[in-house]
Amino acid sequence: MTSKISVKNVFKIFGDKPGHALDMLKSGQSKNDIFEATGQTIGVQNAAFDVKEGQIFVVMGLSGSGKSTLVRMLNGLIRPTSGEILIDGDDIASCSPAKLREIRRQKIAMVFQHFALFPHRTIAENAAYGLKVKGVSSDERRERALLALEQVGLSSWADSLPADLSGGMQQRVGLARALATDPHVLLMDEPFGALDPLIRKEMQEELLVLQRTLKKTIVFITHDLNEALMLGDRIAIMKDGEIVQVGSAQDIVSQPANDYVAAFVADIDRGRVFTAATVAIEPSTLQLADDTAGDAVRTMEEENRSAVYVLDGEDIAGVVTYQQAAAADRDSGTSDVPIADVLITDFPTADRDTQLADLYAPASSGLPIAMTDADNRLIGVIEPEAVFAQLSADPATPDTEPQVEADQRELAPTA
Amino acid sequence: MSPSDFLIIPFDDWVNFLVRDWLVPNFRPIFRAMQVPISMVLKGLDDFFAFVPMVVTTLVFALLAFKYAGRGMVIFTILGFAFIDMIGLWPETMTTLSMILTSVLFCTIIGVPVGILAARSDLTWKIARPVLDIMQTIPSFVYLVPIVMLFGVGMAPGIIATIIFALSPIIRLTNLGIRNVRTDLIEASTAFGSTPMQMLFELQLPLAMRTILAGLNQTLMLALSMVVITALIGAGGLGLTVNTGLGRLDVGGATAGGVGIIILAIVLDRITQGLGEQKKVETTSLRQTLISLFKPGAPAPAHAGKAA
Repeated sequence: MTSKISVKNVFKIFGDKPGHALDMLKSGQSKNDIFEATGQTIGVQNAAFDVKEGQIFVVMGLSGSGKSTLVRMLNGLIRPTSGEILIDGDDIASCSPAKLREIRRQKIAMVFQHFALFPHRTIAENAAYGLKVKGVSSDERRERALLALEQVGLSSWADSLPADLSGGMQQRVGLARALATDPHVLLMDEPFGALDPLIRKEMQEELLVLQRTLKKTIVFITHDLNEALMLGDRIAIMKDGEIVQVGSAQDIVSQPANDYVAAFVADIDRGRVFTAATVAIEPSTLQLADDTAGDAVRTMEEENRSAVYVLDGEDIAGVVTYQQAAAADRDSGTSDVPIADVLITDFPTADRDTQLADLYAPASSGLPIAMTDADNRLIGVIEPEAVFAQLSADPATPDTEPQVEADQRELAPTA
Repeated sequence: MSPSDFLIIPFDDWVNFLVRDWLVPNFRPIFRAMQVPISMVLKGLDDFFAFVPMVVTTLVFALLAFKYAGRGMVIFTILGFAFIDMIGLWPETMTTLSMILTSVLFCTIIGVPVGILAARSDLTWKIARPVLDIMQTIPSFVYLVPIVMLFGVGMAPGIIATIIFALSPIIRLTNLGIRNVRTDLIEASTAFGSTPMQMLFELQLPLAMRTILAGLNQTLMLALSMVVITALIGAGGLGLTVNTGLGRLDVGGATAGGVGIIILAIVLDRITQGLGEQKKVETTSLRQTLISLFKPGAPAPAHAGKAA
């Protein structure tokens, strides 16, 4: 995967004399000092990140943290004071207005917090706006707009006016308008912020479903950490115009860069952030044909486990618990009780991306959970204790070194 | 003791010099040429209204009133116009109407583009604003004099005076309407790569239309009050009737002219107001109603209700 968007050392200073303020900022003075000395407001300072193709990159921050300014710089609605913003190698920060217009028409579309639908145009005309601006013929325009409306489930409303639609539906039109031009990059500025919680949840899920087929590069702005954690492949947390941490949801929850981030993540539902893969361990297994109950007992004793999985060739045959294996071994008096006699074939499973929240029930059965791949092969084992340990881990212990560079790490799967 | 003990400023002499000795001899041909398009439009309209029978004109206005102002206005239009005809002022009223329409036409041609420019650049608006203030507040009698010197007397100079007087609201409200288009809509339009022209025609003008039409209504009302005054510099119409009545202390004649003006004012005001409000309320068109009446099973004209 290559970088679709690359933001380098971007500063934005609002005011009439940004030059001096920029120098002060670079010499390390604080936002408030600069405002008092020069009257210039710092919007964004030293933002740097890359967004890979097909990724959802979430920028999270409270109001005034500069997140909306940041996203508006990505399509040139706001020009940065200094720095580079590369989209497919073209610098948005310095290109000519004509070039910028071309990039906006071909590559970037935006969804707005308050929908920003044109009230005097029908839903279909709204959805077709980007195409109209591009000069697409009216028949093709309508056809593509209807296609986009179909994707968001609103094709039957094509000839209504925006005022006839509810908020959630209006935002779907906003999304359809952005999708109709088939852009590479989708900028979403708190798109679900103005919707009520149930509709918001529904829209978030729908966006993820759409993204599975569309594979757009999405920059998503939100002030809601749960939304960020749910949607984001990678998340940047902003405070006072600065990006304080960039990383995956799990990075941010497990290794908050500073107290600010730690305070944020303190209340979130860890069960929804961590997946089975984060707590799974390398399995030691037995073979159904070769091993006996005695072998199982020995293996478990050596590794200090209470159960072990048994394979039949490559497939999972079942699980053996220490209690049963040891009892069978003792009762028979011999050491070659076939393992099949003590096999439990009804064992809990999960896949790599199962959320820990969904592992509560299987974990409470006491059996280790088998983590399987798409072909139903065992790729890891999750001990019930590990699930509860991860869920109860104290998140309010930030690492001593800041994690801003954490984004440089490749997001390698953990197992 | 007062400042005049120390210095007397011959302000009137300066203005005399500026207008009489510099503007008039040097620029008179230009000012004369400016009248040509105005005279052409005015003559066209005047001939047109003189040619069309009174009944037809009344019918057209009644229809406009029906479309934009409701049933009550239809009755008022028919009765009012009949009254004007019966008191013998129909030709004068039509002359006044042509003068108003000509002034408003030129006000629109000048005012809308200037308003758009003013909305787009703060500098233009900063320059335009005091000029508009002066144009609106300066007593109309004051600039009738330089107008007569530069343009002469007659209909066209009267209309030029009217244009100057009535231009202000349409510029102001065009500017206001365009500036008031929601910024997130402007952002959205920009984000999809609109050129400034596309944004103007796709978004700003349609959304500012109601405000612009309100400006048109104001301009029309100002034009109406001014065309009466321009009778002083030789323009015709109902103003002349009032003016003549005033000169001869003929109360009846002056009142008749005044009533004519009032009737015309009410009809024009209501129709243009309705024009602006039209955009807001979505009503079922007459055509749709007829279709649903005669075609069984046709969709009801009532538009879809708000969705949950």
